[in-house]
This record gives sequence, C-alpha cells and structure tokens, in this order.
Amino acid sequence: MSGGDVWIVGTDMTKVARYPDKDVVDLGSQVAFGAFEDASMTIDDVQVLAVGNAYESNSGIAQRIQKQIGQTGIPAYNVFNACATGATAVRTVIMAIRAGEADAGLAIGAEQMGKMGLLGGAAENKGERKVYSPKGRYGSVLPIEGNLGTGLMPGVFAQAGMEYALAHGVTREQFAKVAEKNHRHSALNPLAQYQKVFTLQEILDAEEISYPNTLPMCCPTGDGAASVIIVSAAKLATLDPDVRRRAVKISASVLTTDPWTESDLVQPDVNTLTRQAAAKAYEVAGVGPDDLDLVELHDCFASAELLHYDNLGLCEPGGAGDFIDSGAPTRDGSIPVNVSGGLLSKGHPIGSTGVANLYEVATHLRGEAGDRQVEGARVGLAHVIGLGSACAIHILEKAAV
Amino acid sequence: MSTQIPIVDYLVLGPVPHLRAHQCTHCAALYFDRRNGCARCGRREFGTKDLATTGTVRAFTIVRRASANLKTPYISAIVDLDGGGVVKANLVDIPAEAATITPGLPVELTTWVAGTDDDGTEAVSFGFKRTAAAA
Repeated sequence: MSGGDVWIVGTDMTKVARYPDKDVVDLGSQVAFGAFEDASMTIDDVQVLAVGNAYESNSGIAQRIQKQIGQTGIPAYNVFNACATGATAVRTVIMAIRAGEADAGLAIGAEQMGKMGLLGGAAENKGERKVYSPKGRYGSVLPIEGNLGTGLMPGVFAQAGMEYALAHGVTREQFAKVAEKNHRHSALNPLAQYQKVFTLQEILDAEEISYPNTLPMCCPTGDGAASVIIVSAAKLATLDPDVRRRAVKISASVLTTDPWTESDLVQPDVNTLTRQAAAKAYEVAGVGPDDLDLVELHDCFASAELLHYDNLGLCEPGGAGDFIDSGAPTRDGSIPVNVSGGLLSKGHPIGSTGVANLYEVATHLRGEAGDRQVEGARVGLAHVIGLGSACAIHILEKAAV
Repeated sequence: MSTQIPIVDYLVLGPVPHLRAHQCTHCAALYFDRRNGCARCGRREFGTKDLATTGTVRAFTIVRRASANLKTPYISAIVDLDGGGVVKANLVDIPAEAATITPGLPVELTTWVAGTDDDGTEAVSFGFKRTAAAA
C-alpha cells in the first residue's frame, strides 16, 4: 500500500424508516457509536469529524452530535452539497487525512425528512393586491414552474431520461425494469425502507408522476443515518489484525461539478459531470468498469439509473436499454447495480445517502452482506449526484491480505 | 387595448414574439438570466441575441402530479432553437401522450395571455406548438 492510501475500518447504518420519536442527533449518534464499535475505536482515536446533512446543516449538526458522542475539541465540519452531501462529508475527512492533519476521522451522514412529499412546498398566495412586477434574474411576473415547463426533481430526471430515450430508443418498459429490479433487490436488505416486490406490470400501471416515471419509479423520502471511520495507511498498520483484515481501501475519491454545457441553463445536466467523475475515478484507481463487482449508483428516479449505466461506462454507448434487458445489473448478473435496493427502495435520506452507499459497498467487500451478498466481491463503486450540480464517486477495494 | 407584459424579460412581445438572450461577447454563450459573468469563459461583457422562433424537441416529460394550482397533465419540453439556444417551456396544442412526440419533432413559438393583474395588465406566456408543416 502506498502512503497516500486511505482505508475504511468502521462503518454503520440505520435502517431507513420514519423515526418520529427520534431526532437527527439520535440517528447520527447511533451510527457514530456503531462505527466506533465496528472499528474497535473510540472518539479519542479520531482527529476530524464531518457531518453531512441537508435540512439542518445551518444548525451546527456536527457540534450537536459531538455533544452526544464526545466533545474532544477536534475540527468538525457541517457539510451540505445537495444529494452529494454524505459523500462530500466523507471526502472532507479523506482530505484532512491526506493533508496530514489527521490519521483517523469520522464521517456521518444523517437526515430526518419525515413525509415531505415529492414536490416540496406549494406556491405562496398572500391575498395581496396583484400587480405584475418583474422579479429575479429572469424578470418573471408569474411563477416559472408549470408555466415554462417543470424544474422540480421528478420532471428534471424524467426529461433527462427522455432526452436519452429520444436519442437511443429506450422504452417505458425498460425504464420500469430498473424499478422492478431495485424493489426486488430490496427484499433481501433488512435496512431498506421498503422491502416490497412489484411485478413489472404493477410498476407500469401505477400512478404516473412525470412520464416515464410512475410512483414506484420515484424514491421515497425518509429518515436515516450512516457512518464511516477512515484511517491513513500508516494508522492502519498499527491496528489490530482483525481490524486490518476487514479494512476496505478507498482507491478513488472524486468530486465534480457540472461544467458549462449549452442546455445546462434550462435543465441541469446530470450526465457530463458523472462522466468526468467516472473517468477520473477509474484513472486514479487503476480499474475499469469491467473490474467492478458491484455498483451503488444514484437512482433517485428509475430514469436516472438508466442514464448512469451509460455515464459510468457499464454498458455500450447508447446501450442502457439493452443493458437492463440483458439482466446484467441484477444481483446475479455481470455487474450488479443497487443490490441494496437503491434509493428507489432502500430510501434516500439526503444527507445519509452518500455514506450509506459506502456502507453497502464496504459490507459486500467484507463479505458480510448476508442474504444479499454479492459473492466474491473485491471491487465496488459508489456514485451520487446532487442537482445544481455535484457528483461524487468512490471506488472501494477489498483488503489484499 | 390592455397593457401587456412578458412572463419573463427574455420574451420579446410585438408583431413577431421571440426570445432574446444575453450573449457573451467573447465566447458567444447564451443566457436568459441576468448575468454577473459568463459561466463558460468567465468574461463579463455581454450583448444580446434575438433567437429563432423555431426549433426541435430535445427532451420532454408529461407532468401528471404537480402542485395544486397547476392544471395537469401538461407537457414540459426542452427545445433546441434553430441557430442556437436551448429553452424549456410547455408544449401546447399536442395531446399529452408520449407517442405523439417523436425525436427531433419540429416546433414553433406561440404566446398566450396567462393572467391579468388588478391593474388590468396582461401577462403573456410562451410555449411551443408543432410547426404548421408537421401538424
């Protein structure tokens, strides 16, 4: 191992659910203690903390968690980066270790969303006298949403999918197969928010939200937390053999934002930044798509997963529809994708997601994934994307012992 | 005739309603919003460019679940304008069925009154309909 390598030595995750009797500090603290137990460490062993959270990130969530798990005075970071929040928290810890400021750190992703629904808040109506006055950077006098297309999440990812579909001939059934697969996978994952299997026909017949996605093709909101403890190679060498045996190497950690593209002005481009992140991650890790034993990618909508088959180089260019038809991304296929159930069924507590993906991949590489274990998994990739946009990719490898 | 105001300031009303973009004088990138600088090249000088009223559909969705004050279903589309520029708007005068929207469907800009304020000023919105030849 080179001196620059970093390793996961502890990880934990709550079941994704709704926890009305807990707060986000409870969830974050639970996975902090879980990770310490997993790594045979304590709070005194880490010199940096980063907490990813979307909805309470301006409330000092990292410090609030410290007050429950140990106020040791170490630097703590409150991280928000849209749906890439958790992965960015992980990267914050990695950067601190690579900078030589720490030899061990804890990254947590924690979120409590409750039942906020698919669309977010409704437009305001104060009942005041109505006089049109241009507002904002577009000088608009009426709400843009609905009048000039849709920019809400279900619509954005539907249009992104249909751009691909119009260019490459993907069918509604092929999009639906993604959801059928991920819901089927989740039946084996006790940490998934939903563990319900649907037939393809049930998915096609469900309420259509934004074509081509029906309700089971959209991820739910939920509560949950996940954690990883990361150490330097030098620190790893000092740890107990049982800890080293279960250590998972982080071979690549890449974060990108969307570069300028012509259409980015009116529709976030979820593809280019993912392609650039993937190219960099494969280069840094020295592996290619053919080397991957499992992939956890950002299936916030079924249409998104299909795009990312192509963006991550899992299929031939333009061939994402054929790829899902082939069965390759199923748990017993050639490149299992989202064996956790994915965001569609495992759930998507925003701040937690980018850490939960690492929990999932690391657990398979350790051979500890139980009924859903991908046998013999040695290399895995975790991908998240947040609109705006930010993309994070981590490539993990089983310890070579 | 009542006073009219465009729904957004990049819609130009008049005999031939059309869209007008800010254009970076250095790299020619187009923007509909007020700019501090160019996202493509970082320069700060802009002119304007009048965009074509015709184009083709790059992507779409049929929105069936929306906030309560919006009428559904409606079609949201991303249109590549002829001669440059990409815009998002609703497709109108087309059935809300996926099968009617084919790759590269040619469309043209259309406008309508979308609302009236308490002074009687009409807000004019825009969208796209199939070009006459393709209808």
